[in-house]
Amino acid sequence: MSDYLSGNNPGSVQSEHEEHVHRDDMSSKIGMWLFLLTEVLLFGGLFLLYMAYRVKYTGNFHDAALELNMKIGTFNTLILITSSLTMALSIAAMQRARKGLSIFLLVSTQALGIFFLINKFFEWSAKFHHGLYPGSETLLNRPKGEYIFFGMYYAMTGLHALHVIAGLTLLTFMLVFIIRNKVNPDNYIRLENSGLYWHLVDLIWIFLFPLFYLMR
Amino acid sequence: MENADTASYVDFYHAEGKHKGILSWLLTTDHKRIGLMYMCSMMTFMLIGMTLGVLMKIEMLTPGKTIVSAQTYNAMFTLHGLIMIFLFIIPGLPAIFGNFMLPLQIGARDVAFPRLNLLSWYFYMTGGIFAILSLFLRGGPIDTGWTFYIPYSIRTGTDVILPLLAAFILGFSSIITGINFVTTIHRMRAPGMGFFKMPLFVWSLYATAWIQIIATPIIGITIILVIIERLFQMGIFDPALGGDPLLFQHLFWIYSHPAVYIMILPAMGAVSEIIPTFAKRTIFGYKAIAYSSLAIAFIGYFVWAHHMFTSGISETSRFIFSLLTFLVAIPSGVKVFNWVATLYKGSITPGVPLLFVMLFVFLFSIGGLTGLVLGSLATNAHLHDTYFVVAHFHYVMFGGTVMIFFGALHYWFPKMFGKMYNEKIAKWTIPVIFVGFNMLYFTMFILGYEGMPRRYWDYLPKYQTLHVISTVGSWILVTGIIIMLVNLINGLRKGPKAPMNPWGGKTLEWTVPSPPPVYNFEEIPVITHGPYYYGGEEEK
Ligand code: HEM
Ligand SMILES: [Cu+2]
Repeated sequence: MSDYLSGNNPGSVQSEHEEHVHRDDMSSKIGMWLFLLTEVLLFGGLFLLYMAYRVKYTGNFHDAALELNMKIGTFNTLILITSSLTMALSIAAMQRARKGLSIFLLVSTQALGIFFLINKFFEWSAKFHHGLYPGSETLLNRPKGEYIFFGMYYAMTGLHALHVIAGLTLLTFMLVFIIRNKVNPDNYIRLENSGLYWHLVDLIWIFLFPLFYLMR
Repeated sequence: MENADTASYVDFYHAEGKHKGILSWLLTTDHKRIGLMYMCSMMTFMLIGMTLGVLMKIEMLTPGKTIVSAQTYNAMFTLHGLIMIFLFIIPGLPAIFGNFMLPLQIGARDVAFPRLNLLSWYFYMTGGIFAILSLFLRGGPIDTGWTFYIPYSIRTGTDVILPLLAAFILGFSSIITGINFVTTIHRMRAPGMGFFKMPLFVWSLYATAWIQIIATPIIGITIILVIIERLFQMGIFDPALGGDPLLFQHLFWIYSHPAVYIMILPAMGAVSEIIPTFAKRTIFGYKAIAYSSLAIAFIGYFVWAHHMFTSGISETSRFIFSLLTFLVAIPSGVKVFNWVATLYKGSITPGVPLLFVMLFVFLFSIGGLTGLVLGSLATNAHLHDTYFVVAHFHYVMFGGTVMIFFGALHYWFPKMFGKMYNEKIAKWTIPVIFVGFNMLYFTMFILGYEGMPRRYWDYLPKYQTLHVISTVGSWILVTGIIIMLVNLINGLRKGPKAPMNPWGGKTLEWTVPSPPPVYNFEEIPVITHGPYYYGGEEEK
């Protein structure tokens, strides 16, 4: 067992008698990673379904994928990757005690996240416009595999978009914390953990993108 | 303060906190208070669930209508299942005794994330309230059975979304507890307590917490998909739109089978605490028991499709899943043999908790062995969805987990409340429970074997005798449980003060006063021996 994961380390020293909630950054990190694991598994269920249906309806999936807008998809991928970069830089700036820069980079991350959602919005509305949404006349007349494809598409990108929104909310909290110096160069574990979450959201998209847009 | 005998110490009930009165509970981050809040809410749900069970049995007294309509019966077994599974037995031991005892047993002052701990209780309550609320909403109480099988769950007119949401939120609560416990066990053990010096209850909580983390998200996503299927016709599971309902069953059981180990492992952990204490002897095969918890958690992940033998999966997968199912019996057997070996040549005191353990071993063995009957392909085809299954899972969950829940309650009661209950009365409830339980459920094995299907409101007259015996059994059982609870409540109100260590236990919770002070330990102990050290040489 590595030193981090076993007891008998600074983390298990609980000397603060009056302070009930003691601080242990390693615990926070372990907690966050475990939480990320649950998120991966949450999406894992969807990936499993995608796989099963792709095998069952290979041809239909191929046809339906042609209707997705690869340009927007690629663009959005770039946006999210960049936002991961600004996120990481924001943490690095905080470590080097450059509060202003850290705030700037954090806000850039958020701006990119919002940009992603706006694109998503236009992408979805275009699909709706063409009648490509669950329960629509158009889709009901298509082969079943295409129906499922769009079902999966909305479920997976929709859940992902919800995660982007959750991430943005989290980052807003961090912004407030930084401004109020609750997150500071000596104690920035919360910013780091939010960063981890943001990277995960990014990472999930990196898998969604080829599955829906590129595999045609 | 009121504790006159030990002037230097204030127990956690009387300690001055930031808040007073009811808020000192609702806003607490003390793991002990949170454990007790879980206890109150969970016992309430348990009693509601049992009431529903007894009403169902009364309905089964005669063929056709006895007291309720068929639709009401459907709603009753669904709600009974939902409450018992999601609100009682899954959070069960970890949320109550885990919260209360885990920090004490590893020599810590609290869990790693005390505030998240409180949050998980609020999630739990929200889930519970949603489940109850759904009864009174448009559409009426859900009637799908606790398994929410597709396609019925997307076709039925009853209100499915709210109970599903409830299950989702409860899952979230369960995940938070799991993350909290894993982190706590890794980071907060007292100096000197390596992994193999941890009490076995802690080991079982550790294995359980991992299942909670790894399995629960799968039911989460499944529930979300059923909800959006109902709202937007996504087609993902709906066969009419090209979806595959079998995939729903897979996802559902990928969670729900491991969930049965969430239910039973902590109970097995508690057994491993009670037995050494009452045999005055260190546990036999400590490591084997610890590893078997992990093995059960691991293998338990790969057996889910044994719930789907008759659903139309391939011959190969049936064969493999049947084989894997049998494998789970091995680590379970390892535990039972080690327990028995611990008792052998021990100086046994037949205290109330140990008697509950005996009850557990007997009932759980029947449950486990009939599990093998169901795990075999040929017999499964005959017994699937009959009362045999109902009997089997009640023996396992009720006879297994819930009996140890009662046992743990009697074991840790003095520590939690600082009071003693009347042991004589407690002992007498056990034979009552034993008789009632077996009348109630053993008959169901026979009913199922003879072909009585589960979830039926009506039946052929030839089944009536057994149903009547079973119903009378349910009355006896519930009488026993009520006497047991009243005895505990009396102990709470006017029982004598409990000493620090009434049973002579060796784990750390017995080294602090009863009830413990807010910060548990005046000084964090340093661990030099294994958890069940009764002197002599130690197994390495
Ligand atoms: C007084 C105690 C209890 C009685 C009288 C009782 C009785 C029953 C009855 C009559 C059924 C329905 C059988 C059918 O028609 O298919 C049932 C189902 C069930 N019971 Fe119990 N039960 C009791 C306690 C418990 C406990 C403690 C648990 C779990 C910890 C439990 C879990 C379940 C589950 C999961 C179902 C299946 C529900 C479904 O089919 O969806 N029961 N019980
Ligand atoms: Cu199973």
